[in-house]
Amino acid sequence: MTASLKKSGPADTPPPGPEPEAIKAIPVRHYGRWVAAVVVLALLGLLVNAFATAKINYHAIPDFMFDSNVLTGLGKTVLISVLAMALGLVLGVVLAVMRLSKNPVTSAVSWVYIWFFRGTPVYVQLLLWFNLALIFPYINLGPIYRDEMSDFMTPFMAALLGLGLNEAAYMSEIVRSGIQSVDEGQTEAAHALGMSQGRTLRRIVLPQAMRVIVPPTGNEFINMLKTSSLAAAACQYLELLRSTSDIGQSTGATVEMLFLAATWYLILTSIFSIGQFYLERHYARGSLRSLPLTPWQKIKANLTSFSNRQSGGVRA
Amino acid sequence: MNAMVKAEGVHKSYGAVQVLKGIDLEVAPREVFCLIGPSGSGKSTFLRCINHLEKVNAGRLYVDGELVGYRQKGDRLYELKDSEVARNRRDIGMVFQRFNLFPHMTALANVMEAPIQVKGETKAVARERAMKLLDRVGLADKAGNYPSQLSGGQQQRVAIARALAMEPKLMLFDEPTSALDPELVGDVLDVMRGLAEDGMTMIVVTHEMGFAREVGDSVVFMDQGVVVESGNPRDVLTNPQHDRTKAFLSKVL
Repeated sequence: MTASLKKSGPADTPPPGPEPEAIKAIPVRHYGRWVAAVVVLALLGLLVNAFATAKINYHAIPDFMFDSNVLTGLGKTVLISVLAMALGLVLGVVLAVMRLSKNPVTSAVSWVYIWFFRGTPVYVQLLLWFNLALIFPYINLGPIYRDEMSDFMTPFMAALLGLGLNEAAYMSEIVRSGIQSVDEGQTEAAHALGMSQGRTLRRIVLPQAMRVIVPPTGNEFINMLKTSSLAAAACQYLELLRSTSDIGQSTGATVEMLFLAATWYLILTSIFSIGQFYLERHYARGSLRSLPLTPWQKIKANLTSFSNRQSGGVRA
Repeated sequence: MNAMVKAEGVHKSYGAVQVLKGIDLEVAPREVFCLIGPSGSGKSTFLRCINHLEKVNAGRLYVDGELVGYRQKGDRLYELKDSEVARNRRDIGMVFQRFNLFPHMTALANVMEAPIQVKGETKAVARERAMKLLDRVGLADKAGNYPSQLSGGQQQRVAIARALAMEPKLMLFDEPTSALDPELVGDVLDVMRGLAEDGMTMIVVTHEMGFAREVGDSVVFMDQGVVVESGNPRDVLTNPQHDRTKAFLSKVL
């Protein structure tokens, strides 16, 4: 089925006549582009120069790159981001289904939840969770769990609940838009085959909704990696930014350690972006005639066929 | 013999718009029953009422002697639960104008999905039947293709195989060839002709007058929510009695 792009003209093509004379014209000169490029390069040079001559001890950055405190902070950042995102994802799907349900009560509750958690700063929410012991001294879930709130609401729990519940509000809107993007005919076809509501959602609608859900969810996760730095300030959760700035204060290399933190955040988001590429590719099955090439496939394709440069892809 | 489908005074309206204004008809087992008429005449809506994709506002619809969508106790009607509606739909196959194949599954997986998910069949059993059905519609070699890699006619044939995988006693076709390029229509009609020869009860909403005449056992002409004329296709299509039927046929033939 893949369209072959090989050019094979019809059999009765007339024999080629003498080569037509190629057009030789003076191309339009884009002087504006040259000027713009020079200006941009000059400004960039000034910026680089400023940083090169600034009082920055660049050696401190690689020196502390793999410091054990930094790595611990890094691990905590990844941990809280992944867990809060997982919580947000699961709760987000539940909220989206509630919002779309025919039951006016569940739909309204979901609406109010989203209204509150989207409408207040996540920093405020983190502070509220961390200080919950001030208004509820005890946590009492009947026979399941009972403890003093100050023991339960550790920095980790406060960060998880604060970030995760906030994320759920955003995720539910993303999931809802994904579910609504699936053609109604799909639900009808599944129902006509005798599939129940739940099965239709799980087997037919959600897998197709994923195509719409994944890209903004990747955005959300990258946001989460960065927003988790608020958890240090709001509820004493010792993540990457806190561990690096602590080192900065004790060594005097304040700005250098901020650069170090920024470097690690960039590395994390870059690694994640690669993962997102493969996830999107996975859920593109069937909806694209040919999937985009992975970087590895691109390299292989270029190695095996120098001459045959097609921009096509592999079969889905 | 008991009717496979029986409609008594079926009404359907969307808000103030009356789409069906009292449909009475009977479809016998093994019959190929064609519904024709201009767009907006309510024929697709009626078809969708048969498997309860649309709720009837008044009247009664029976499939194989059972009331569609409700249970009658004494003179009271009880709405069926979603799970009961789903159970009844297992036995009714439906083919849509826009195919509605599941785009994230291969042709084979499309056909296997319902038997596994709904009937709880094992993969091996479902796969074997699915391959037989794909072979029957002439697409065994496309089993591994996704719908986007198939032509419209091929997609529609996969959709027919998908419906047949549930071993239905009744097949509903909602303008199955209307979205196809003219040269692809024939393949789909051939598959439907084969089904008819095997004795499947079929209700077909169609604009293919040739199919209705050759394969149909009876034909109903609907207009503005009512049955205008019905009978043997050769009589209705070649010698229509009503002016509206005549006007419609003169446009499409």
